[in-house]
Amino acid sequence: MQSPAEIVSHAGGVTGVSWLMIALPLFGAAVLLLGGRRTNAWGHFFGVAMSLGAFAVAVVTFVELLGLQPEQRRRDIGLFEFIPGMVDLGMLIDPLSISFALLITGVGSLIHIYSVGYMSHDRDRRRFFAYLNLFVAAMLLLVLSDNYIGLFIGWEGVGLASYLLIGFWQHKPSAATAAQKAFIVNRVGDFGLLIGIFTIWTTFGSLAFADLTHEVAGQASEGTLTAIGLLLLLGACGKSAQLPLQSWLLDAMEGPTPVSALIHAATMVTAGVYLVVRSGAFFEAAPTAQLVVTIVGVATLLAGAIIGCAKDDIKKGLAGSTMSQIGYMMLGAGLGPAGYAFAIGHLITHGFFKANMFLGAGSVMHAMNDEVDMRRYGALFPVMKITAVTFIVGYLAIIGFPLLSGYYTKEGIIETAMHHNQILGWLAVLGAGLTGFYMSRMVFMTFFGKKRWADDAHPHESPAVMTWPLIILAIGSIGLGAFLVLGNRFMNFLSPAVGLPQPADMPEPHVFGVGTAALATLALVAAGAAFAWFRYGAAEVPAVAPRASFLTTFARRDLYGDALNEALLMRPGQWLTRIAVFFDNRGVDGLVNGLAAGIGGTSGRLRRVQTGFVRSYALSILFGAAAVVGALLYVGNI
Amino acid sequence: MNGGTIEAPTIEYALLAPMLLIFGAAVVGVLVEAFAPRYLRKSIHVPLTLLALAGGFLLTILQAVREGVPTTPAAMGAVAVDGPALFIWGIILVLAFVSTLLINDDEQFVAQAAAVPGSSDEEAAVRHGYAQTEVYPLLLFSVGGMLLFPAANDLLVMFVALEVMSLPLYLLCGLARRRRLLSQEASVKYFLLGSFSSAFFLYGMALVYGYAGSIDLRAISSALGTVAGQDILLYVGVALLGVGLLFKIGAAPFQAWKPDVYQGAPTAITALMASTVLVAAFGAVLRVFWVALGNLDWDWRPVMWGVAILTMVVGAIVAITQTEIKRMLAYSSIAHAGFLLTGVIATGGPEQNQEALSAILFYLVAYGFATVGGFAVVTMVRDAGGEAGHLSRWAGLGKRAPLLAGIFAFFLLAFAGIPLTSGFFGKYAVFSAAVAADALPLVVVGVVASAIAAFFYVRVIVLMFFSEPAADGPSIAMPTVGTSAVVALAAAATVVLGVFPEPVLNLADQAASALFIR
Repeated sequence: MQSPAEIVSHAGGVTGVSWLMIALPLFGAAVLLLGGRRTNAWGHFFGVAMSLGAFAVAVVTFVELLGLQPEQRRRDIGLFEFIPGMVDLGMLIDPLSISFALLITGVGSLIHIYSVGYMSHDRDRRRFFAYLNLFVAAMLLLVLSDNYIGLFIGWEGVGLASYLLIGFWQHKPSAATAAQKAFIVNRVGDFGLLIGIFTIWTTFGSLAFADLTHEVAGQASEGTLTAIGLLLLLGACGKSAQLPLQSWLLDAMEGPTPVSALIHAATMVTAGVYLVVRSGAFFEAAPTAQLVVTIVGVATLLAGAIIGCAKDDIKKGLAGSTMSQIGYMMLGAGLGPAGYAFAIGHLITHGFFKANMFLGAGSVMHAMNDEVDMRRYGALFPVMKITAVTFIVGYLAIIGFPLLSGYYTKEGIIETAMHHNQILGWLAVLGAGLTGFYMSRMVFMTFFGKKRWADDAHPHESPAVMTWPLIILAIGSIGLGAFLVLGNRFMNFLSPAVGLPQPADMPEPHVFGVGTAALATLALVAAGAAFAWFRYGAAEVPAVAPRASFLTTFARRDLYGDALNEALLMRPGQWLTRIAVFFDNRGVDGLVNGLAAGIGGTSGRLRRVQTGFVRSYALSILFGAAAVVGALLYVGNI
Repeated sequence: MNGGTIEAPTIEYALLAPMLLIFGAAVVGVLVEAFAPRYLRKSIHVPLTLLALAGGFLLTILQAVREGVPTTPAAMGAVAVDGPALFIWGIILVLAFVSTLLINDDEQFVAQAAAVPGSSDEEAAVRHGYAQTEVYPLLLFSVGGMLLFPAANDLLVMFVALEVMSLPLYLLCGLARRRRLLSQEASVKYFLLGSFSSAFFLYGMALVYGYAGSIDLRAISSALGTVAGQDILLYVGVALLGVGLLFKIGAAPFQAWKPDVYQGAPTAITALMASTVLVAAFGAVLRVFWVALGNLDWDWRPVMWGVAILTMVVGAIVAITQTEIKRMLAYSSIAHAGFLLTGVIATGGPEQNQEALSAILFYLVAYGFATVGGFAVVTMVRDAGGEAGHLSRWAGLGKRAPLLAGIFAFFLLAFAGIPLTSGFFGKYAVFSAAVAADALPLVVVGVVASAIAAFFYVRVIVLMFFSEPAADGPSIAMPTVGTSAVVALAAAATVVLGVFPEPVLNLADQAASALFIR
């Protein structure tokens, strides 16, 4: 095993101004929010320009990084001292962070461009772009910070942007509620992250990634490291919608579709995976925490897939699928250096094909008067060919059709998991089969079969500003996986940041790149797709969801996640608050009010000393002087 | 006697240039008062004053950058222009500049100070559109005194500086346009109590001279412990010197003048006093207790503990029941003086704590800007009788003037020391220096006092944003360019120092590392 490279501080060059990556979109958000209505006319173009500018800086930084020797590719750029003696804010440019930066700014810019068309009828388009820019800035701060404080600020920033954008149409009560739900559920995770950061600080006395190397982490007891790992995982679960904090993501689909694509599929929800990989020093020294990460990953990938099977709402189906795919990434991240490259690789390819499908879904909704029920779609292929073809490319990528992006990265995770632990591996294979089913179901219900359109629907292809991003994302969905995985290109690129695995942790390479696990996966996926064809492609799909079996209802109700939360947390929580209020009124208030009354009373009495008579002031000065003289003489022993 | 010849003193004019510029401008100002026609005076005074202050600031910077910080006192040992003094000069000049922008508002000052309030003379003066333009030279004289006060290297010069600083202020306090009786009362009170405390200072100086045989601060320091049997002179002298200085910073139990004077004085003058005088006085306190009495710290520190605790507690607690915004800010200023005193205590010891010194310097910058900004907002909230001082009049201001109320709330949060404002880093620096100097109990009291203080700051915010506005509530005066500039500048400083404190912290560190000349 090879440890990550040392972080060297950096001066000069283009990398030195890489803070522009964060500053540009932040400036965009500030201009659009403070400028108000005056910027309505050109605000969206400005937002796009700021995002593209950040992308350009990211590309140039990336190129400069490639020009360095691999062991030189971790550059720390100190910006300023934030809390004296505790935290210096700075940026860490390394292969891991720059991969994220490219994904965020690249896919982010495409989605900005798409939104120009998608939001063209919305009165508040400028505000929308302001929030999008804010999100990009915060997300970049999250991944580019060289310490946990900066990461946390970015973490909260993306949470805020997510809240604002889910509730963007706040006149809809469902959107407002969904925004609050996302915020509150994330609070639980953020709490864990915060305590995790506190623990790191008290244990190691530093929050800078440069100080928290594998050697340093190894000095702490395993118990402490496990605690840190689990607390960070709790944070990751909140942000990445992993069990048990998954419930907000499905509701978050209330936001405009570009938001779902950017924040709730491609970038923000993968922050948890980033956190786990970035904190590898702790996780690799705490096998228990790693095990929990893998279990959470597998449980979520199955839960998300099961939910995806039953949803008729196209966006919620995709949301379930997002949960499931992030579960794969979590699983990979929990496998240590052997899995990191596949986890991050899957994260990047997923960013492309999922954004692609979400934007495709948006294009369909745009054509169908914002209808989201797939039972009202059908036979859309002929009327919107570009959307359909790009969507289908994304679909083939996500189910792991051989040679497409998703195949390489997902297969990598499954094989590594299989090598690590057979049970995890087979469960991941099962999840892939379910993916084959629910994604096929979605494609067949939407683009094939018979028309089940509403009477006033006149579907049409979307304008070019929306289809071009789709086409570019589709190209990424085709080739990116092979490019990253073949020849371990991405693993070697990432290795300065996350280390290289021991050869024993790696699965045996197969002669034709196809092993038992891959064959089993392909077979299951094919079976799932075939089953979906019989149920939803060849057969008639009722326009209204029929009464369903216990199992389907279970999935339709999000595995009773909300009911569980209500029964386990909300009701006892309400009882707890009632009891707390009772004791607060009787006990604590007495004390607090007593104290407050005491201080207030003292204040009232002391105030009376201020008579307004200058003679009494002079007297008080005289007494004070006498007291000071007496005290000094007493102290001086005279 | 030296054969009857007196040696001409050597004076390093370059080192004293900022001070000389200010005094020179003040003298020119007096000539303007004497010879320029009335209608021209103001348009001469304002640029003259601003230019003098800006020029003084530039000269101070040049001094610090070009020459490096001198290590020996200037003017025959009477004035020490060292690192902390230059930093303090910088703060005073900037804050005075900002306050001048605020003073340049005709609504603030009386038409003719000599006219009896309510008399026909006054009416006539108002009708003629007179304005009391002596304000500007008085201000410049006072600022000159403020510059000399913390730089004085012997007690006599320090006393002269104290008086030069204070006398113009006594007059300025009596010049409020509205509520003139209150203003004149404040002026007289300030004058009487100020003279009283000056007498303590003088007497203390005499006793210390009796002990050490010198009024030079370094000579006093080296005399400590060498004179047998005269300790009582020293201790009583030090105590009385301390009383004179503590009066100026408004430490309890010498704080009684502060609320009355702050309330009565024209608000722009209150802003000047609350920011610059506090800075100058803390400079002087540091110099006396550091340079002259550094080796006596085992004795004065415990007494200072008592004063600091009393000051923090009295300031924070009495502020709770105040109903007048300026009085509340006055008590807040008392509490802040207490917080700063914890920093002074942390500097004690022969191997003095440079960190505490830099913490105090940063605190003074942060507090000074927030204070000027806060009072600037106070000048803008007016009703028929002038400024609407009573807190009940501020109810619902957030609905009428959200921007202004938001900025004021921001200043209040800075006073309370909430993170991401300048006040947070000020308090953090001072308290952490105090902890490092083994003054943990003091810090605990400080934090409790901060918590109590937070109550009355937040109460104003609640009042502004969560109460229904009164039907006949005050209106927001259309601010002059100067006033808006002050508010914007102070708000910007408070944000920048709260988010990006490093440059100023470094500067304060650098100034502190040069130390006071001993």
